[in-house]
Amino acid sequence: MISECEIENLELVYKKPKTLTETPMHYCPGCGHGVINKVLMEVIDELNIQDKVVGAAPVGCSVFEYRYMDIDMIESPHGRASAVATGVKRVNPDLYVFSYQGDGDLAAIGTSETIHTVNRGENILMLFINNAIYGMTGGQMAPTTLIGQKTSTSPYGRTVKNSGFPINMTELISKLDGAYFVTRQAVHKPNGVRKLKKAIQKSFEHQKENKGTCFIEVISNCPAGWGMTPIKSNEWLEENLIKMYPLGDIKVPK
Amino acid sequence: MNMSYDKNVRLMKGNEALAEAAIRAEIDGYFGYPITPQSEILEYLSKNFNEEDGVVLQAESEIAAINMVFGAAGSGKRVMTSTSSPGMSLMLEGVSYIAAAQLPCLLVNISRGGPGLGTIQPSQADYFQSTKGGGHGDYRLIVLAPNSVQEMADFVFDAIYLAEKYRNPALILSDGTLGQMMEKVRLPEKGSLPKFIPDWAAKGKRKDKERNIILTSAVDPAVMENLNKELQKKYALLQSEVRYELNEIEDAQILIVAFGLSARICNKAQEIVKEKGVSVGLLRPITLYPFPSDTITKLSKKVQAILVVELNAGQMVEDVKLAVNGNCPVHFYGRMGGELPTPEEIYFELKKIIDEQSIEK
Repeated sequence: MISECEIENLELVYKKPKTLTETPMHYCPGCGHGVINKVLMEVIDELNIQDKVVGAAPVGCSVFEYRYMDIDMIESPHGRASAVATGVKRVNPDLYVFSYQGDGDLAAIGTSETIHTVNRGENILMLFINNAIYGMTGGQMAPTTLIGQKTSTSPYGRTVKNSGFPINMTELISKLDGAYFVTRQAVHKPNGVRKLKKAIQKSFEHQKENKGTCFIEVISNCPAGWGMTPIKSNEWLEENLIKMYPLGDIKVPK
Repeated sequence: MNMSYDKNVRLMKGNEALAEAAIRAEIDGYFGYPITPQSEILEYLSKNFNEEDGVVLQAESEIAAINMVFGAAGSGKRVMTSTSSPGMSLMLEGVSYIAAAQLPCLLVNISRGGPGLGTIQPSQADYFQSTKGGGHGDYRLIVLAPNSVQEMADFVFDAIYLAEKYRNPALILSDGTLGQMMEKVRLPEKGSLPKFIPDWAAKGKRKDKERNIILTSAVDPAVMENLNKELQKKYALLQSEVRYELNEIEDAQILIVAFGLSARICNKAQEIVKEKGVSVGLLRPITLYPFPSDTITKLSKKVQAILVVELNAGQMVEDVKLAVNGNCPVHFYGRMGGELPTPEEIYFELKKIIDEQSIEK
């Protein structure tokens, strides 16, 4: 591993954000979580809000994200990160607060908390990482799993008859009056990463204005859970997930 | 803790006295959900809590409410929730997390008859749930059981004091009657509970400090066992906070053990039996956890019989039997599902014991 000090400042074009810790990440090779964690920390660095930010971590693949983020965090029960974040924000209105949840956490077990947090227009950023599968528990069907997609609990492919339709949480959220800024991004390409970074930046800036909830869905991959190489998983993401969950801003401040 | 009191005596409902005491205990936030017979707490706070002093939020469920408490307590603020039995069941997942993370907060259960949706009448059937943990894992709550409107107000201060001293959630276990009935009360005054900013709170990483992470998980079982050992050590220390009330214990031939509302009814039964010439004492546990086991053990060597009276099928009686350990017979009388015993019913139970065991007048 080359550390920063080995490269002279003149040549340094890219570095790890200082709020990202030295702890090696547990995420599988090719997984999007690492990129999203890093981008989030880059924004916190650039806005210089390390001492004013608290994050609510979920249960799922990102359960250990507090290891990588050099900020104060609370590890929440499964599905309740937005309620935990609400609690922090309501008694500390000057803090920047975010929740970070996967599809099972936010769109299955935590659906009620998700909808009501946004409906109240809590002044927090909600990050929703959608990879259409339960990664942490070993690849079970998620609420966002596509029709026909094979998982360990839909081994013959998800059927409408048995499991209903993939839920489109972000479009649903955008209809709520409490939602201020709603967007869907992906991190399988560099320009997507840049767009996500801008969206996170904007969301923290909006938080100062007390205008309502900022909600960012990030379409991500799960090479291990999907049984694909990282490259193949990015292709599959582009061909299938993004068709179902199109990228772009869904609700922007007027 | 030095408490000072209002000069004025007021006539208040138990739930309202508790809510007013919470304002005077300078809470930063209340998160709750309506459920009978405790809704007056949320209503009173919604009406009377000053917005500049903090937040009163009606959540979408008890599950959300307890997790808001978790977040707010994790940021080092003084927060509370209240509910009634079925709502408490919903909160227990979050309570387990709060206990594991060692966060102070105030929980209130104005309990009602169960199981299931049950009734809205008073019950003590949540004794096991309250004193044995309730949620998953080896944890305990500090549990205080009031038996008057005065104690509904006082115990808010005591519970918060203990919760913050031990970094542990504290529960006031009351019931529908104590919540709904009106009595004279002198309210504690503001300022008895000084506030401090805990150094463990997640409220933004200070430049010169390590980050604070409110955490309840461990991959390594050795780490998890150590957390458990830490908790058990704390619970052992907690035993010094045991509180109970003794009534006419001198020369008692029979000892009644009852908490909360049951103890009030037993007081009356004591008066009736006194007229008949048998001496009956009463021990009222005030802290249900820690439990006054040592005192019960001592008394069980002096009396000829113990009668435990509860508004359930027999829950605290198990803890009494453990403390008595065969020193004397332990009898039980309980009413369930929201029914209350009359003092006469308890008198008849005492009479049965006197006859069965041939206790001399």
